[in-house]
Amino acid sequence: MTTLKRHFGEQAGLGLFLLLSTVLLLVAVAAGTGIGEMSIPLDTTFFAVTNKFGWTGIELDPIHQSVIWDYRLSRALVAACCGAGLALCGAILQSLLRNALAEPYVLGVSAGASTGAVSIMILGFGSGAITLSAGAFVGAFASFIFVALLSDGARAGAGKTILAGVAASQLFNALTSYIVSTSGNAQQARDVMFWLLGSFGGVRWPEFQLALAVVVVGFLVCMYFAKALDAFAFGDDAAASLGIPVNAVRVILFAVTALLTATIVSMVGSIGFVGLVVPHAARFIVGPSHMRLLPTCLVSGAIFMVVADIVSRTILPQQVLPIGVVTALVGVPFFSVILYRSQRAK
Amino acid sequence: MTISAENLTWKIGQTTIVDSVSLKAEPGKMLGLLGPNGSGKSSLLRLLAGLRKAHSGTVTLDGKDLRTIKRNAIARRVALVEQHANTESNVKVRDVVKLGRIPHHPPLGGWTKADDEVVDGALARVGMSDRHEQYWQSLSGGERQRVHIARALAQAPTEMLLDEPTNHLDIQHQIELLRLISDISLTSIIAIHDLNHAAMFCDHLVVLQKGRVVAHGTPEAVLTEDLLRDVFRVEARIVTSPHHGKPHIHYLR
Repeated sequence: MTTLKRHFGEQAGLGLFLLLSTVLLLVAVAAGTGIGEMSIPLDTTFFAVTNKFGWTGIELDPIHQSVIWDYRLSRALVAACCGAGLALCGAILQSLLRNALAEPYVLGVSAGASTGAVSIMILGFGSGAITLSAGAFVGAFASFIFVALLSDGARAGAGKTILAGVAASQLFNALTSYIVSTSGNAQQARDVMFWLLGSFGGVRWPEFQLALAVVVVGFLVCMYFAKALDAFAFGDDAAASLGIPVNAVRVILFAVTALLTATIVSMVGSIGFVGLVVPHAARFIVGPSHMRLLPTCLVSGAIFMVVADIVSRTILPQQVLPIGVVTALVGVPFFSVILYRSQRAK
Repeated sequence: MTISAENLTWKIGQTTIVDSVSLKAEPGKMLGLLGPNGSGKSSLLRLLAGLRKAHSGTVTLDGKDLRTIKRNAIARRVALVEQHANTESNVKVRDVVKLGRIPHHPPLGGWTKADDEVVDGALARVGMSDRHEQYWQSLSGGERQRVHIARALAQAPTEMLLDEPTNHLDIQHQIELLRLISDISLTSIIAIHDLNHAAMFCDHLVVLQKGRVVAHGTPEAVLTEDLLRDVFRVEARIVTSPHHGKPHIHYLR
């Protein structure tokens, strides 16, 4: 095969793969909209959506209409955005820190968000002027800055950044526990669980708009640096000797991951494992080149999260499992298979 | 004109690693950096590549201060082959060599047929053409080193800095690699341990001891029995090789 043909073949293969997975994502979102506690006929589901787009004008039960449009569809779309964003963050951090274990929470961002949320919920900071989400966002960024200072803006090396992240997680988790155990009551302690395990329960259309905007911007910035990320494979000096402004790229991409994670965590709580598993799975499918890896992470992270959300809502009757429980329970076996197969492939 | 250094000093904390080093590479020639372990060879190469900021002194490229040249403009001229550059990522040989083309494109710039030709040429030069689809993790240390050299060649540099590039290679590939670097028309600065190889292939030598230049000049002028005793702590006799006409060192003990 000539090199040009091979090049073309690779691009066509990736295009086909992304097209198929986008279709799969749409199917997953459709399933997320159609499946739920209240059984709504398929055609009602369909018309509830087309009605809102103004394509049809069929009279439906207003409750059905509302459940489909305001509750399930927005929830599925937010789940898609969150999964996409977390997977993207994982891929970026794993490459930048050259560590297979890196994921958004390595920066302690979720722990910081929990502390921020709890401070407002239990201690009443801001006396109602600051929302819970804003508090979580501030906490997430505080933790990120703590890590950045501790690891000297990540100049101290990848290992130190991860250690700093572990320290930040410990610190903020301890603060959260301290606040809950000294000032909280049983109900508040239960509410805190939301931030620790994640839930799509409260999300509606405004959350979707915010999540979509942040994920799209984050994705575009990351794609701009896709080649620079490839150059990090052999370390900072190798990247610098290939003309990459290492410190600037690192600061920008860390800021993007912190912004993405803080936004997601402040919206739906901390959902573990997606950022860790999806990039590894994607790498196994399309290889380590970031021009291919990042779009793949985006789409597969979205599919994973939408499916995980469906499972969390349907696996137990009359009850919604925290989404973090599902992502870990589905993720670990899936991850084991990938790890096993990739070892065999070597 | 090419790379030169003027009074370079670089420290880690209070320890001076490179101590007021001045050197000048000759265009198209191979400059060997010699010196015992920890004499500052690797650090000096990183300073020359612009990867570290000197505490004092300057590095110039064609007479221009390296600090005033943009990173990717430097990368189009100067390629660095590091000593232990490794990755966990399961990249293919070809992908690694393709990295060398990064400085020649804008961030979103497209890959062209010309890039493919450069990559193919670089792979051919190090004898890895038929293995370009192989995964990095399956390569031996020597093969990885050759891939790094190919990546550096793909940068199409005019200056190449090499940190002990022959370390993991068998003797055939050591000689092949040194011949390759001395044959291609680029300026190279190479840190090297094997003094006989340095004498055979390098046009000039600089000897470092504790971060300072203690000798520089042609191999004939630099490699003396006194220097080997003082700097490398070995007793040796040096003869002119009847085979290649360069100095040859016989180690006595």
